[in-house]
Amino acid sequence: MPRAFTPKVVTGNALLEGDVIYFTDSDSWTRNLKDAEVITDEAVAQVRLLAAESQAAEVVGAYLADVKVTEDGPEPTHFREDFRRTGPSNYFHGKQAEA
Amino acid sequence: MYAYSEFDTDFIAERNRQFRAQVERRIDGSLTEDEFRPLRLMNGLYLQLHAYMLRVAIPYGSLDSAKMRQLAYIAQRWDKGYGHFTTRQNIQYNWPKLNDVPDILDALGEVGMHAIQTSGNTIRNVTADHFAGAAADEIADPRPVAELIRQWSTDHPEFQFMPRKFKIAITGSPNDRAVTAAHDIGIRIVEKDGEIGYQVIVGGGLGRTPMIGKVISDFVTEEDLLPYLEAIVSVWNVLGRRDNKYKARIKITVHEHGIDEIRRLVDARFAEVKPTFKGVDQQLLAEIRKHFHPPAFRNAPTDAFDQAYENDPVFRSWADTNLTEHKINGYAIAQISIKAHGETPGDASAEQMEVMADLAEKYGHDELRISHEQNVVLPHVHKSDLPALHAELKKVGLATANIGLISDIIACPGMDYCALATARSIPIAQEIAVRFDELKLEHEIGDIKIKISGCINACGHHHVGHIGILGLDRAGVENYQITLGGDHSENANLGDRTGPGFPAESVVDAIETIVRTYLAVRSSADETFLETYRRTGMEPFKAALYPPKEEAKADAA
Ligand code: SF4
Repeated sequence: MPRAFTPKVVTGNALLEGDVIYFTDSDSWTRNLKDAEVITDEAVAQVRLLAAESQAAEVVGAYLADVKVTEDGPEPTHFREDFRRTGPSNYFHGKQAEA
Repeated sequence: MYAYSEFDTDFIAERNRQFRAQVERRIDGSLTEDEFRPLRLMNGLYLQLHAYMLRVAIPYGSLDSAKMRQLAYIAQRWDKGYGHFTTRQNIQYNWPKLNDVPDILDALGEVGMHAIQTSGNTIRNVTADHFAGAAADEIADPRPVAELIRQWSTDHPEFQFMPRKFKIAITGSPNDRAVTAAHDIGIRIVEKDGEIGYQVIVGGGLGRTPMIGKVISDFVTEEDLLPYLEAIVSVWNVLGRRDNKYKARIKITVHEHGIDEIRRLVDARFAEVKPTFKGVDQQLLAEIRKHFHPPAFRNAPTDAFDQAYENDPVFRSWADTNLTEHKINGYAIAQISIKAHGETPGDASAEQMEVMADLAEKYGHDELRISHEQNVVLPHVHKSDLPALHAELKKVGLATANIGLISDIIACPGMDYCALATARSIPIAQEIAVRFDELKLEHEIGDIKIKISGCINACGHHHVGHIGILGLDRAGVENYQITLGGDHSENANLGDRTGPGFPAESVVDAIETIVRTYLAVRSSADETFLETYRRTGMEPFKAALYPPKEEAKADAA
């Protein structure tokens, strides 16, 4: 049986700043996971990834990351994505400091 | 301190001009990321988890105050006010913006520094004993030869597209502080019948397939050294596996072909290479040596030191742990710990870097070193200046007396920064340091080296830590494997795994269990952790870490 498709977001790093960005449903980029487009269909995921990658002046290394959908919007399922949307644990730098 | 020749200066300026144009072309869309990526990596610019990271080479870990001040300035002006010293004696900036990198490289160029060959399949920054030119046990200063190798390997046409990266380390002391046996080529200066020569070790390396290097030649003369190294790299350049990146390092080539066969091939290649050298390298070496003349050492009384040592217990404790014997009477090698309890191993603020630069200028004949253990060294301090030095270090949080102790931990950046990481390293190091500081056991435990890597690439040298910790991702949870009995010294050895790994919440407890077991079973307070482990083996530690009840539970799970 094919495995159920887990919801995903398209994410990568911004070309100029290098920080973590997420793709939105209006083909723009956000620095906040909450505002990312959540993709629930496998075929759509590939199309959205291609659309994101075509914005080469905005993003580096776009890929699909697993999320779970909660009342507060998408949440990471893996600790790596959790660190990416937060920042390092040794200093109050990165996303956590910008919020 | 080696001063760059005009050739070096022009070469760096030209490379920086090229890179500035490449960045502009990436931003205006004329270069794709696939085209740009190898170009930025050639200039030491990585993309990490939260930002770009710029890795700057500090050749053989040697700096003067002007360079250190410039590193501080860069941290302040373009980064978040700090830099991270690495196990390869480099410095990394964790937050540069792409637009700013060409300016940063120009600023480095002003003091003869760069980020070239800190990435890619090239010969990387040559590392050396951080006590070079100062240690009492030294046969000869390894830095002139390190500089010769740097010049030979920088932009060497044959060695820009090799099967994989290539790392060389050199020590001038029998006491191996440069981890030479864990490098692609390790060089140890030796003396035979009054002649200085070089023992050459090949095929060491950590990472996925850790190996201790093997001696390929016991004695290579000075005029044969560079052609001999070229012969080794050249043999590997042909034999090395380009088909599989995990099998491409020379350690695998040596393992697959055997050291005797490699030696035969290298000797044959050497016979071809040697006549092409024509002694130019020896003239160059003689020229380089002039830049490494020892400083004008002072002959002065040490009363100030003796008094402070007698009367000030805080100074005494620092002197006992952080000083090493110097080859000149009345001098000491002072290590500045970049491992304050609870702080990030190897991170120095811009202010701290500036203070260290000032102190080197004032008390240290303008020399600084970065150790692979992520500390800073003032290699030449007259003992009478040590109390004043210590007082100034205290003011900026740099007087931690813990060199060689349990809180002097090597930790790679791990998943707090590194895109390749499988788990975090830094918080584990911070917690261990804080735990043992609170227990007030640090000095009783004595000599012990903990080394932590956030993935199998082993930048944190965990295989050769007395206690090694490797962070892994086990089904989406951070998990830490522990090894015991590793050794980075001249008796290099890879550690043995204790057994199943530990989750992040209990790994610090596990380390405490190991250390308490050592305290309980050591034959005397003089027996170090490593000596105890060698005597008892894994058994007592295993028994303490995995009590029978737990094991039964684990089996049932
Ligand atoms: S050991 Fe792994 S996690 Fe640590 S710095 Fe090296 S590549 Fe990154």
